[in-house]
Amino acid sequence: MSRGVHSLWMAQDGIDKIKAPHIEYDLLAPTLIVIGAAVLGVAIEAFVPRRHRYTAQVGLAVLAMAGAFGAVIALAVSGKGTDEAQIAAMGALAVDGPALFLQGVILLVGVLAVFTFAERRLDPVAHGKQVDSFAAEAAAVPGGKAEQAAVKAGFTTTEVFPLLMFATGGMLIFPAANDLLTLFIALEVFSLPLYLLCAVARRKRLMSQEAAVKYFLLGAFSSAFLLFGIALLYGYSGSVRYAEIADVVAGNPQKMTPALADTMGNDALLLIGGAMVLLGLLFKVGAVPFHMWTPDVYQGAPTPVTGYMAAATKVAAFGALLRLLYVVLPGLKWDWRPVMWGVAIVTMVIGAILAITQTDVKRLLAYSSIAHAGFILAGVTAANEEGISSVLFYLAAYAFVTLGAFSVVTLVRDAGGEATHLSKWAGLGRRSPLVAAVFAVFLLAMAGIPLTSGFAGKFAVFKAAAEGGATPLVVVGVIASAIAAFFYVRVIVLMFFSEPRPEGPAVTVPSAFTVTAIAVGLAATLVLGVAPQYFLDLAGNAGVFVR
Amino acid sequence: MESLIGLLVAAPLLGAAVLLCGGRRLDRTGHWLGTGLAFTSFVLGLVLFADMLGKDGEERALHSHLFTWIPVEGFQADAAFQLDQLSMTFVLLITGVGSLIHVYSVGYMEHDERRRRFFGYLNLFLAAMLLLVLADNFLLLYVGWEGVGLASYLLIGFWQHKPSAATAAKKAFIVNRVGDVGLSIAIMLMFVTFGTFAFEPVMNSVGETGEGKLTAIGLMLLLAACGKSAQVPLQSWLGDAMEGPTPVSALIHAATMVTAGVYLIVRSGAIFDAAPDAQLVVTIVGAVTLLFGAIVGCAKDDIKKALAGSTMSQIGYMILAAGLGPIGYAFAIMHLVTHGFFKAGLFLGAGSVMHGMNDEVDMRKYGGLRKYMPVTFVTFGLGYLAIIGFPGLSGFFSKDLIIEAAFAKGGTQGWILGGAALLGAALTAYYMTRVMLMTFFGEKRWEADAKGDMPHPHESPKTMTIPMIVLAIGSVGAGAFFDIGERFVHWLEPVTGFEHGHLPDGLSVPMVTGATVACMVLGVAAAWLQYGRRPVPAAAPRGSLLTRAARRDLLQDDFNHVALVKPGEYLTRGLVYLDHKLVDGIVNGTAAAFGGLSARMRRVQNGYARSYAVSMFGGAVVLIAATLLMRAV
Repeated sequence: MSRGVHSLWMAQDGIDKIKAPHIEYDLLAPTLIVIGAAVLGVAIEAFVPRRHRYTAQVGLAVLAMAGAFGAVIALAVSGKGTDEAQIAAMGALAVDGPALFLQGVILLVGVLAVFTFAERRLDPVAHGKQVDSFAAEAAAVPGGKAEQAAVKAGFTTTEVFPLLMFATGGMLIFPAANDLLTLFIALEVFSLPLYLLCAVARRKRLMSQEAAVKYFLLGAFSSAFLLFGIALLYGYSGSVRYAEIADVVAGNPQKMTPALADTMGNDALLLIGGAMVLLGLLFKVGAVPFHMWTPDVYQGAPTPVTGYMAAATKVAAFGALLRLLYVVLPGLKWDWRPVMWGVAIVTMVIGAILAITQTDVKRLLAYSSIAHAGFILAGVTAANEEGISSVLFYLAAYAFVTLGAFSVVTLVRDAGGEATHLSKWAGLGRRSPLVAAVFAVFLLAMAGIPLTSGFAGKFAVFKAAAEGGATPLVVVGVIASAIAAFFYVRVIVLMFFSEPRPEGPAVTVPSAFTVTAIAVGLAATLVLGVAPQYFLDLAGNAGVFVR
Repeated sequence: MESLIGLLVAAPLLGAAVLLCGGRRLDRTGHWLGTGLAFTSFVLGLVLFADMLGKDGEERALHSHLFTWIPVEGFQADAAFQLDQLSMTFVLLITGVGSLIHVYSVGYMEHDERRRRFFGYLNLFLAAMLLLVLADNFLLLYVGWEGVGLASYLLIGFWQHKPSAATAAKKAFIVNRVGDVGLSIAIMLMFVTFGTFAFEPVMNSVGETGEGKLTAIGLMLLLAACGKSAQVPLQSWLGDAMEGPTPVSALIHAATMVTAGVYLIVRSGAIFDAAPDAQLVVTIVGAVTLLFGAIVGCAKDDIKKALAGSTMSQIGYMILAAGLGPIGYAFAIMHLVTHGFFKAGLFLGAGSVMHGMNDEVDMRKYGGLRKYMPVTFVTFGLGYLAIIGFPGLSGFFSKDLIIEAAFAKGGTQGWILGGAALLGAALTAYYMTRVMLMTFFGEKRWEADAKGDMPHPHESPKTMTIPMIVLAIGSVGAGAFFDIGERFVHWLEPVTGFEHGHLPDGLSVPMVTGATVACMVLGVAAAWLQYGRRPVPAAAPRGSLLTRAARRDLLQDDFNHVALVKPGEYLTRGLVYLDHKLVDGIVNGTAAAFGGLSARMRRVQNGYARSYAVSMFGGAVVLIAATLLMRAV
């Protein structure tokens, strides 16, 4: 063995030396900061005394997210989003407009998520300690002695902060990934922490764990599809690099790999492989028929996690989907567009219809997020520049609305914790007019009522889709919006025009953390709705992929 | 000078804004602010008037372009004013009478806790009315037209706590809408026909336009005039409008706003001159209304409603004159001005009587008031003599000229219109004498009011009597002042044009004048026989069929109810039925269908990860198959 190693290093001829990879640290700064902080967070768990961990973790997380956001802004200001967009890290990552835009959105959502994770005023004080939404000791069996002891000791799961940062790090890479392997690694980097986060609810722990297991199993299933698709695409093109695959698809391969002489250029591999990679991404965005995990997981996961997951995962996954379709498979446009049309239509319609009969507010929002995935897919299928920018805008609008809405859900509580059954929300507008009004704004935004960000976003994607020749899709989208408006407005009617139930839940006054999260969500919703043009222009400038 | 025109409108508008937004701080001083701004407008009007007198007749019109209101390709609307002799006449009438009535209201509304708001509305009215008469195009006129409608609505319903007042306000508003639609259609027709709606270009291009279109425009303008000026068939709201405070009745529903229809027709004279059919309809409407109003006025026991009938009738005279063309325009406006004096005076007098009689309006409960309210008696009496056309007073001149002009139309039409106008003169004398006798003469028939207080009639305060005195002076002298040397006709001629009418063969001016005076004497005598010679019964006798019909406003409401309200209700009910059954059926059916679909589909979501995985697998198969199929196709 030692001889072999020696010969590898000593050989002057025959074998090329493995070059040390060239890393542009400045271009990757946002991701590196977040992942570095996540590693530091693990160290904090190991070395900092328990009573200081919460403060240390929250401070570190906020600093890391803010620093990374600052780095994104610095890169954007220096033109990396437009004229100087480039490929970094030996071709693994793209630093361009869509990547920076989405990274910015993810980081903002990440900061707000840290706030909602850090909220400790909503749950009643347990044994003299303020606690958050997360289990005292996630590893303990629910209802077992270990758990009781942990609760009594006032433990909290501060590991959620490093997990959140790992997930965020993965999501930052995901829309920037410029080769299929990086894509896959990023997917796993952000998925695994999310599976864990889903399982650590303080209340209804069995449901939380069930959700996590389902998410994990189905996620693994979809990852398998994705990986198999990657293999097939490699077989087809002899490369995992987006640009190189695109060249082969376009019919002008740059080099031939002798070992793959039989399979290269075989269109069946391309079509099946492409479809499987798409499938893996469609699972993450929650498109029908790969959506079935969404309601169960959204309902079971701790609500702050649900809010983060619903907002950030969708942003990251749509970013990756856009890059795949616009950079790798544009030559295949005539093949994937009809299929994506179909997926968009069933996603919009089924998401909207199934939401009608939901009785749990978290499940309702889950189906709403499925319908929104359909609307965004409509923009994706536009296959033009406007399609990119409209999707970017929609994702930003959607992320803030969703995070805000789930944050409001954490406030409405009764003796059993969060009161998520819709019947308990009856008359909330009479008891807590402010909270109900804020939630109503979020619902109206989701319904796409003018003067909210939802309207501007929906208008943008439908316009792009219509200009891209997908008028029938737009018609279906509008009908689905009409159906969706029914259940959003139903909740508003329930809150404001129903008699409050005597034993109904009350709104708990949160700390400044959650207030900030909700306020930012609300402000973004209204600003993007009332004066969308600046942000539409921003998304428009960011709407070009680098190859 | 041009820049003053805008201020004319701006002053009362500012007053309205300050008074309505100013809040309770202004409760104690607001009415003087409103009055002061009304006077400001009046003084501005006088300054402009003096300036105008210094120029030759043809060069007196002033134009003031404020801004381009709607600058669209192929459609330009300006906010621009035009002050010519016709507008000037109205400006002086509106601001002059308006200022007096502001002063009167200070006394009349003294005990009303919402007095500030009242003055705000009055100022709003002044601003809108001035806008109406100063606009240099029909669109801006329309703004003023709607503005006075709004002010009228607000002021009729000022005592909104009374259901009758609220209903009356609504009625006035709705009936006026019918007329307003006429005006908006007329404006649209004008735009289509002429490509503009500014007065000058429209009137100048009348000659190149077909008579059919002009007749249509004319009839729509007439419909608008009927609504605003309470002419048959849109007359029904004016009687109920007397629910408003009496100063409002005097200013809006006697002297100014209700004459807007006359202004509109005279202003659009060129259109009517070129559309004889429309003109004929105008004269018919005028003649019918002057008799209709007079007959209603003869039967009413409510002093304000009797005066309202009279107003309707007198405006009928004006519309009749306006329909006669250039031989009548100037007389229409002259009667409008003299009527403004004496009718405002009569209403203020009625208000003064009510003020002293615990707000009683039933004349059968008055009687013998001349001793208790001497100033009111004398001023009311002078107004009375003016309106019946007592020789030498205002009404004598202006009405006589209209009757002559009606005969001068010639032919059978002339005889019929002139005859109607003469009959109207007799009726006017009858009902006004009746009002006079029942109120100021005879026995006291006073009764305690609802609270059991007996009235203690007394003269009203100075703020109320001074305006009455000023108006009485106008009632006496204005007619002679205008008529001597045809002063008024020459003043208006550059704007409205003028032709001397020629009486048909066998008639001469002294004969018509003599007949008018004779009719007046007959009317007075008949009333004296009925109400002066013998005591007035405290309860109204049953009366003849015509009397009973007249008490019910000649069945106008019954007619509207049967002809319009009932069919409208049936139509509404039918539509509601369709809406419930058909439209709601489709909507609810769709909702139920989606709900059912949703309930079925959610069963797929059974909570088992294995079935979720199966669905994903199925989806994957379909996705891949579809992708391959796309290539195969």
